[in-house]
Amino acid sequence: MSVVVKPVNQKAWWLIVPVILCVAFSAIIPLMTVVNYSVQDIIGPGRAVFVGTEWFAEIMRNEDLLSALLRQLMFSMAVLLIEIPLGVLLALSMPERGWRASAVLVIVALSLLIPWNVVGTIWQIFGRTDIGLLGNLLVGLGLDYSYSGNPVQAWLTVLLMDVWHWTPLVALLAYAGLRAIPEAYYQAASIDGASKWAVFRYIQLPKMRGVLMIAVLLRFMDSFMIYTEPFVLTGGGPGSSTTFLSQFLTQMAVGQFDVGPAAAFSLIYFLIILLFCFLLYNWMMRVGTQDKGGER
Amino acid sequence: MSATRRWPRKRTLFLVCYLVFALLPIYWMVGMSFRTNQEILSNFTLFPHHFTLDSYRLILTDPSWYMGYVNSLIYVCINMVISIAVALPAAYAFSRYSFLGDRQVFFWLLTNRMTPPAVFLLPFFQFYTTLGLMDTHLAVALAHLLFNVPLAVWILEGFMSGIPREIDETAYIDGYSFPRFFLTIFLPLIKSGVGVAAFFCFMFSWVELLLARTLTSVNAKPIVAVMTRTVSASGMDWATLAAAGTLTIVPGAIVIWFVRHYIAKGFAMGRV
Amino acid sequence: MARIELDLAHSYQRHPHSEADYALLPLQITFEDGGAYALLGPSGCGKTTMLNIISGLVTPSRGHVRFDGRDRTHDSPQARNIAQVFQFPVIYDTMTVGENLAFPLRNRRMPSDQIRQRVHHIAGLLELTGQLNQRAANLPADAKQKISLGRGLVRPDVSAVLFDEPLTVIDPQLKWELRRKLKQIHQELGLTLIYVTHDQIEAMTFADSVLVMARGRVVQQGSPAELFERPRHTFVGHFIGSPGMNLVPVHVHPDGTLQLQGQGHGQGHGQVQGPSLAHTDGRRLPEGPLTLGLRPEYLRFAAEPQPGSVAAEVTRVRHMGISQLLSAVAGGHEFKAYLPADAAAPAPGARVHLVLLDAHTCFYQNEELIS
Repeated sequence: MSVVVKPVNQKAWWLIVPVILCVAFSAIIPLMTVVNYSVQDIIGPGRAVFVGTEWFAEIMRNEDLLSALLRQLMFSMAVLLIEIPLGVLLALSMPERGWRASAVLVIVALSLLIPWNVVGTIWQIFGRTDIGLLGNLLVGLGLDYSYSGNPVQAWLTVLLMDVWHWTPLVALLAYAGLRAIPEAYYQAASIDGASKWAVFRYIQLPKMRGVLMIAVLLRFMDSFMIYTEPFVLTGGGPGSSTTFLSQFLTQMAVGQFDVGPAAAFSLIYFLIILLFCFLLYNWMMRVGTQDKGGER
Repeated sequence: MSATRRWPRKRTLFLVCYLVFALLPIYWMVGMSFRTNQEILSNFTLFPHHFTLDSYRLILTDPSWYMGYVNSLIYVCINMVISIAVALPAAYAFSRYSFLGDRQVFFWLLTNRMTPPAVFLLPFFQFYTTLGLMDTHLAVALAHLLFNVPLAVWILEGFMSGIPREIDETAYIDGYSFPRFFLTIFLPLIKSGVGVAAFFCFMFSWVELLLARTLTSVNAKPIVAVMTRTVSASGMDWATLAAAGTLTIVPGAIVIWFVRHYIAKGFAMGRV
Repeated sequence: MARIELDLAHSYQRHPHSEADYALLPLQITFEDGGAYALLGPSGCGKTTMLNIISGLVTPSRGHVRFDGRDRTHDSPQARNIAQVFQFPVIYDTMTVGENLAFPLRNRRMPSDQIRQRVHHIAGLLELTGQLNQRAANLPADAKQKISLGRGLVRPDVSAVLFDEPLTVIDPQLKWELRRKLKQIHQELGLTLIYVTHDQIEAMTFADSVLVMARGRVVQQGSPAELFERPRHTFVGHFIGSPGMNLVPVHVHPDGTLQLQGQGHGQGHGQVQGPSLAHTDGRRLPEGPLTLGLRPEYLRFAAEPQPGSVAAEVTRVRHMGISQLLSAVAGGHEFKAYLPADAAAPAPGARVHLVLLDAHTCFYQNEELIS
């Protein structure tokens, strides 16, 4: 939300009511259910013992979980560091109008429209050195490439797949944000003799702050919860090099059938994402909005 | 483009490189859809050796396949319309007014996207069964509001906040009623936001698998669920999956084609 | 400061066929150095196009733009040293007020102490000195427009300052404040100022010379007084003034008498003959149909028939604060006349005689002024 002073109007709540109705019922009930499960040990049907924070403590001690968490954090950081600048650069390079703009829009958006399991499946073949284009290419360049054998390469392949899949989201948001800048700003900058870099730094980037914040939060959340694509591509391997956090959670819940710890973990999972998003949100809101002191 | 900005060639080069990068896996998928499973798994060639339309024939003639597309389209469109319709007034309220708990509610909206949908499976299942809405398009459309409405509100609010308040005030001074102002002045100014929000609502609903699969069985079975059929005990039906995947892109590409003018035009302060 | 000459036509279409395809029909205009000009007209008349051609944001499809004799037709706004203030405030959100003002000078690599001097000078002129360290984005619209203006003024060699309806988003109470400031700046700096607006009050108070435009051409150029007293075109008569000039069709008979062409339900063909006027004017008018124009400010009326008057029935009297506006109908045409607020106004339904022939009366043939 912008930091401009807005008039106070409690009647504005009426405009929010439909949204709350749509979303609230779906958010509160499951949350209560999860909290419920996370503090109980269900021994059998109808027999549950309240165990308080025992599950939470157990989770914190779990070493595999901590390494999965670390792995996940690195992945999400890499995703943000690559996809945000790349997406912005792409948006700046896309044509502004004409048939070319439409064609490029469609091509860029294609990767977003493919169901995620298909994405993983395609990249499975795509990356194979015997029958896939990427695999053959890399081998042809002299690399000893195997996403199923080499942990680092597997991680990088998952990252590359994510970049291919999701950079367009950032690009589309940034593109729409750029189009919303009135021409007069560019005209004024031209009159003021501003360089292209100055135009980017003082006009385009500030005006894209809103959309970039959405892009950062979305990409962080979705990459932190990523499941289908890496699962289909590598199954979490080799070893656990591409077992990210949500796969870990699923294994715990489904595989081991431990509802209690799984529920506790879900809550922690949620809280971690919440914390990071909250921090990112506040940071981005604050950047460039303070009154600067000092002389000029 | 203003008269003084030339088209920089470095950017065009970058764009072309990216487009190639974007299209390669898609090209591969399309290529797979025109091959047989045997050929996919045996050779590596840039073009199919034995070009075949078998996979497409299967999908386009088998109702259980193509109805999957129809079902998906139905609930995705319902969801898109409701999401945008509900998000517009809320975004306006967040953008223009300050009220008790506004920042908190705004942030809370986004928290609905912070849990893996798996958490909602059981409660949703129970909820829609109770309502008697299982296996209906409406159920999926409503369930998807969970993550689409917050997204739409956030995107629209961002674009609305970019429009100076003075425009609202000038319109009131000129005697516009609120609905007329909103529809004829305000909405056109945030066109690119509406376009991109609509497309994202379409896209996220279209690709969502877990909730859609859980809430449907036969009548409203979406294409994403139908496609899982390609994984069976006898192995993976790559060709059919590739064909189905290729066809999946088509509705989305059409949607983007339709909203392209919204996204690409943006803010034009009337010329007098 | 520069003298700007325009000799051009402009069409946004590549192959214009008819007059309607032209945004600006062929024209020749000179803006003298240091003058304050207004381009006044309704939407779509071409005033913004002309402004953009002057500033260099649009290149005319035909013709030239000269600054101090130099052909600048294809030069950028930067090369022409133009400054432009837009309809809504255009400022750099991330910078302070001071940084905004300094920006054009920094791009020119002016030494920083000179920049500081200049910024302070202009900030003082615009009464922004106290806000130099505040973020420009947090200020109200009128301050932002001042900053926009300041960025233009801060360059010592700016050739002209162009305004594109700059007060559109300003609060009505603050509009006059800004107008006053603009006038003050004009007097102090002596720059060439060109101001586009559809609001005649803005144009008339701001400019020494107003160009009234309609449908791509300049209909009349003159001082506000000239435009008011002697509108050379019925459009100008109607557009200027609130309400505009009373315009009615009349017919001049061979014997010199004028007859008001009434409108209304007549039997048979042709127009209903309205009441006639005996001409006392002594002006020589050609025979045939003409349009008579007289401003409400000059339309007098009396209880008894007067030379050059016509009978009318009062329909409405409205109090406008410092005056009263009387509406009367004669021969099917509505006339408006101004009365002082304290005068006794005839009641609706009363018969009065409107004196149409007056020193201020203008006659138009085919919309052009002939007398």
